Amino acid sequence: MINYIYIYIYNTLVTTYRLISMQLITYEMLMLQPPPAKYGGRHTVTLIPGDGIGPELLNHVKEVFRFSCVPVDFEVVHVNSALESEDDINNAITAIRRNGVALKGNIETNHTMAPSVKSRNNLLRTSLDLYANVMHCQSLPGVQTRHKNIDIMIIRENTEGEYSSLEHESVSGVVECLKIITRNNSLRIADYAFRLAREKGRSRVTAVHKANIMKLGDGLFLQCCREVASGYPDITFDSMIVDNTTMQLVSKPQQFDVMVMPNLYGNVVSNVCAGLVGGPGLVPGANYGRDYAVFETATRNTGKSIAGRNIANPTAMLLAGCMMLDHLRLYDYASMIRNAILTTMNETRLHTADIGGQGTTSEVVQSIMRNIQSKGPLTTDL
Amino acid sequence: IVGLGWFGMQTVTLIPGDGIGPEISSAVMKIFEAAKAPIRWEERNVTAIKGPGGRWMIPPDAKESMDRNKIGLKGPLKTPIAAGHPSMNLLLRKTFDLYANVRPCISIEGYKTPYTNVDLVTIRENTEGEYSGIEHVIVEGVVQSIKLITEDASRRIAEYAFEYARNNQRSSVTAVHKANIMRMSDGLFLRKCREVAEGYKDIKFTEMYLDTVCLNMVQDPTQFDVLVMPNLYGDILSDLCAGLIGGLGVTPSGNIGANGVAIFESVHGTAPDIAGLDMANPTALLLSAVMMLRHMGLHDYGNKIQTACFDTIRDKKVLTKDLGGNSKCSEFTADICRRIQDLD
Repeated sequence: MINYIYIYIYNTLVTTYRLISMQLITYEMLMLQPPPAKYGGRHTVTLIPGDGIGPELLNHVKEVFRFSCVPVDFEVVHVNSALESEDDINNAITAIRRNGVALKGNIETNHTMAPSVKSRNNLLRTSLDLYANVMHCQSLPGVQTRHKNIDIMIIRENTEGEYSSLEHESVSGVVECLKIITRNNSLRIADYAFRLAREKGRSRVTAVHKANIMKLGDGLFLQCCREVASGYPDITFDSMIVDNTTMQLVSKPQQFDVMVMPNLYGNVVSNVCAGLVGGPGLVPGANYGRDYAVFETATRNTGKSIAGRNIANPTAMLLAGCMMLDHLRLYDYASMIRNAILTTMNETRLHTADIGGQGTTSEVVQSIMRNIQSKGPLTTDL
Repeated sequence: IVGLGWFGMQTVTLIPGDGIGPEISSAVMKIFEAAKAPIRWEERNVTAIKGPGGRWMIPPDAKESMDRNKIGLKGPLKTPIAAGHPSMNLLLRKTFDLYANVRPCISIEGYKTPYTNVDLVTIRENTEGEYSGIEHVIVEGVVQSIKLITEDASRRIAEYAFEYARNNQRSSVTAVHKANIMRMSDGLFLRKCREVAEGYKDIKFTEMYLDTVCLNMVQDPTQFDVLVMPNLYGDILSDLCAGLIGGLGVTPSGNIGANGVAIFESVHGTAPDIAGLDMANPTALLLSAVMMLRHMGLHDYGNKIQTACFDTIRDKKVLTKDLGGNSKCSEFTADICRRIQDLD
């Protein structure tokens, strides 16, 4: 009887401590529930083609999914980046709120237009509060790179920091841009990073910052990371200044395990890491919020110069599709397609031009589908 | 270009610095003597003192020397944590309005890194941008940092970048920005760069997003020539490029100020653990001194010293510990002096 009382008191204390120290973070966030399947076991996912190579790559994703009989239907929403009105992107956001999950290409931002026309991608991320951008960079055996054995997970705060889009010109010729760092968002992203590290069995989390110069802003971020780290004694926590980080990444990238950082440094570090493992065509990225998830390529390029020429690398977008299937709990389909992609990359070694090969996009996709057919249980005709 | 002083020699203010600073400064002085470069050194100390009115400032004799000589060479300075005074580098920057930080990154033959044939220059705006130091706590738990971009500073750095490109036979200048997100601030920077580019039609001008530059830099750094950018991006990119060629121990750096002032420096730390043990690598300070000679128009001496330094490294016989050998600093220096004398 006494034991039960002790356990009860202990549980209450633990819960209270967590509630107090985590402020707005609730237990709901520990498990991001994917939306329930609708209409006879088939999921509906919003698809935003975007600009540049987005439309063609997403067509290939649809092709591969249809071929493998994946129970996902795509609701396509077009966003015209040339228009000044925000109706298109608002429609896309509503569709994502309805479906819960999206797969998107990058929407171009024409910066010759007035500054009031904000980046559509950024608008999407902030409206849906997709606070965590997760990218997993792994060296692939079939791709020639200068550095080997890289395995870094990058978790980047996705909604605030330098991307707050708050700017004003108080005096003519003097522009101020605000970088906002809040305690809530910093705690939230740090907690996400540590939880993910624990889930994936990672041993070390590194916070990337510039707190020696931005003492209050990045200082707050670092302090929040330290607070969260104290709740995860099994995971080592250290910090590194961003310029030293980039220097270390190009000389010894194998030293990094999991990295967490605010928005802009995340942009730099994720692009450096993508370049280290073979380029923008290989790495998928995911944006997670409390209620929604949006999947895309990690480096978010429009690829205008290679659009329409059948030379883009479909790997990143297809792997993003697999991440989406994992999120929808369609694990078998995800592994089947992912294995086919990796076999084509590492064994068949059919590469597109960006990683030094001569294959076209369609050839690579065909090879992936052939691979699925030889291993998978049920497919449509090739 | 400064006028020649007495006896045809030019006087340069030398700030040895802390830690390994004095030994690498004396190594550089020895090498310059062997090359018979027409430089007279004036040593000064820049430890901050409290001036009238309670504001921290550099000692008046150091300021007077720099104002007179216009050119300086600086070793690493330490910023003690609880000294009360701000970072020395920041103080120097404010005192002499050093608005441009120039870092040429050239692959050193003989010091192998995964990247070969790197030959680019990063020019970073050094006075404003994200490092304006203006921060506020709005409410408990919300902090705002202000990034300041002004028309004058952007124009000044763009002009310097194009002038540098022209004077050093560089073919293209790339502006690095994030104007898709920071529309007004980086947009202003970009507009000024475009305006200045109009006056330099012989140099190709391109613009690239920061993330695209990072992505391409680690895949193929040979595609870049001169890069000009605001403060934060410059900080990150210049260190990224230093990492490509082998780190801060072999990277030169120069700070250009208003009124013709220029201070060239080594950007590595003071390395207190090897100070006084004759183990330091003077390459970074030496290459910065070579940059200084080129800035002063003494290209022959600069090329001679640089060739001797690169030959010594390529030979791999007398390398210091950080370059992979186990010779002393004095041996390394002596080898370079010997090569210079052989070249004559």
